[in-house]
Amino acid sequence: MKVEQIAVFLENRSGRLADISQTLADHDINIRALSLADTADFGILRLVVDDPARARRILKENGFTVAVAEVVAVEVVDRPGGLGAVLQVIKQAGLNVEYMYAVITHGKDKALLIFRFDELDRAINALLKADIRILSADEVYSV
Amino acid sequence: MIWNEEYETMPREDLAALQLRRLQAQVERVYAVVPYYRAKMEAAGVEPGEIKTLADIKRLPFTTKEDLRKNYPFGLFTVPLERVVRIHASSGTTGQPTVVGYTRRDIGIWAELMARTLSAAGVGRGDVVQNAYGYGLFTGGLGAHYGAEKIGAAVIPISGGNTKRQITLMRDFGSTVLLSTPSYALNIADTMADMGVDPKSLKLRVGVFGAEPWSENMRDEIERKLHIKAIDIYGLSEIIGPGVAAECIEEQKGLHLMEDHFLPEIVDPDTFEPLPPGEDGELVFTTITKEAFPVIRYRTKDISRLIAEPCTCGRTFFRMPKVTGRTDDMLIIRGVNVFPSQVEHVLMSIDGVEPHYQIEVNREGSLDTMRILVEVSEAIFSDEIKQLEGVSRKIENEIKGMLGVTCRVKLVEPKTIQRSEGKAQRVIDNRNI
Repeated sequence: MKVEQIAVFLENRSGRLADISQTLADHDINIRALSLADTADFGILRLVVDDPARARRILKENGFTVAVAEVVAVEVVDRPGGLGAVLQVIKQAGLNVEYMYAVITHGKDKALLIFRFDELDRAINALLKADIRILSADEVYSV
Repeated sequence: MIWNEEYETMPREDLAALQLRRLQAQVERVYAVVPYYRAKMEAAGVEPGEIKTLADIKRLPFTTKEDLRKNYPFGLFTVPLERVVRIHASSGTTGQPTVVGYTRRDIGIWAELMARTLSAAGVGRGDVVQNAYGYGLFTGGLGAHYGAEKIGAAVIPISGGNTKRQITLMRDFGSTVLLSTPSYALNIADTMADMGVDPKSLKLRVGVFGAEPWSENMRDEIERKLHIKAIDIYGLSEIIGPGVAAECIEEQKGLHLMEDHFLPEIVDPDTFEPLPPGEDGELVFTTITKEAFPVIRYRTKDISRLIAEPCTCGRTFFRMPKVTGRTDDMLIIRGVNVFPSQVEHVLMSIDGVEPHYQIEVNREGSLDTMRILVEVSEAIFSDEIKQLEGVSRKIENEIKGMLGVTCRVKLVEPKTIQRSEGKAQRVIDNRNI
């Protein structure tokens, strides 16, 4: 149910994003989903990859600062209201989304939403109760 | 305007005789009263009786900030506390502030020196003096205040900050004189422009600025923007506070050293040998009249030189050019002394923060700004922005709390701050003072 996401610290300097993707490519690591959060001073690149443990080790070896966090991957029907239905469940459970990002096209007519919650287990329970499909880690890594 | 003709225009030979007499008495006194000074003099193999000429001063050991710290808080006071009427302290360079004390007579001398300073700037009875130096433990505010009262000026003890109010009072009270740091004067000028107040509509005539290094360019800017004469003063709490040296409005060229109270020397910062007038070196002072807290050959770390040529204003005291350099890595940011080691100390006290940092000092508009680049470590890195911003804010708050200076922290990637083989380059000062 829980998916490992790695986050990489990115200074706002030209070429840093390219360096990361090149490092991953050199080691045959495939990115399944990503988002880049930025502030005036720095950015945080969040990645779901096919082999998080190896990706983490390789990035660290190449001098990047890496953090691992558990996220939830939710599959919704790719049509208006798909995201809204999930957020409604979260709202009713009184939970807060730390951040989220989406892979809009995922398979046929499906979208993949990646969520970071403070209260991960409660969020998973609430989603399951509402019959929302949560992908297993293996499913996500091999998307 | 010369406040004290007798001393300020004293013939050099008479001055030398006076200095020698006072020096001998002072050396004898500290030797007799302060075990620390006695031990240092014994180690240097010199006794008070051997100071027979002014040149013999070079036989005396130096006093450094380290000596003051070792004797925190009152170890170097030469009078019992019953005779001390005022205590001031520096912000504390490595967590240990430098404490200085004054007897009633010391306060009187200090007021006299600031009276000379203000008179040299053409300030006198009838003037309205807006004193924007900080009041409190810092010597600037009260030091200037007593001098301004002594000359019979009306003092507005407004202290620093609250810039719009400063300008409102300046206008309403008809302030003729501004006392502040030079960077604050520029800040006032900029705020005036924002408020639509024309300095020419004010009665402000002259400003007396000190407590931080400033350039001739900055003087031109202040004089142009505020439509006043900008006078430089020098002082440090270890010697007495403001009033150690002051420019005259006639020349505005070099600051007259109050040589009847402080013996100035310039020494080679490497060999510590005394240098003749005209040569650049470290400024060293011996206080020859202070009662509560005299210092013998105190090394200021400020770089300057002595100007022996007589000044057209009639004062016979030697002058020193503006201080623009230091022999150590101390930074003066908006009047506050900051050592990189203090910043490091704060960083090290925060869990997970790496010891790799760099301090960037800039002058933005008229204000000095300090930015600290800190390398992130895995220990503080998080996938959430608010966590990282929390770390930056925590460092900023700690620095503000410990050093009294506002800074901005920028987190950077590991290993991006240049490592050097020897001494790390901790400071990038872009101010061009």
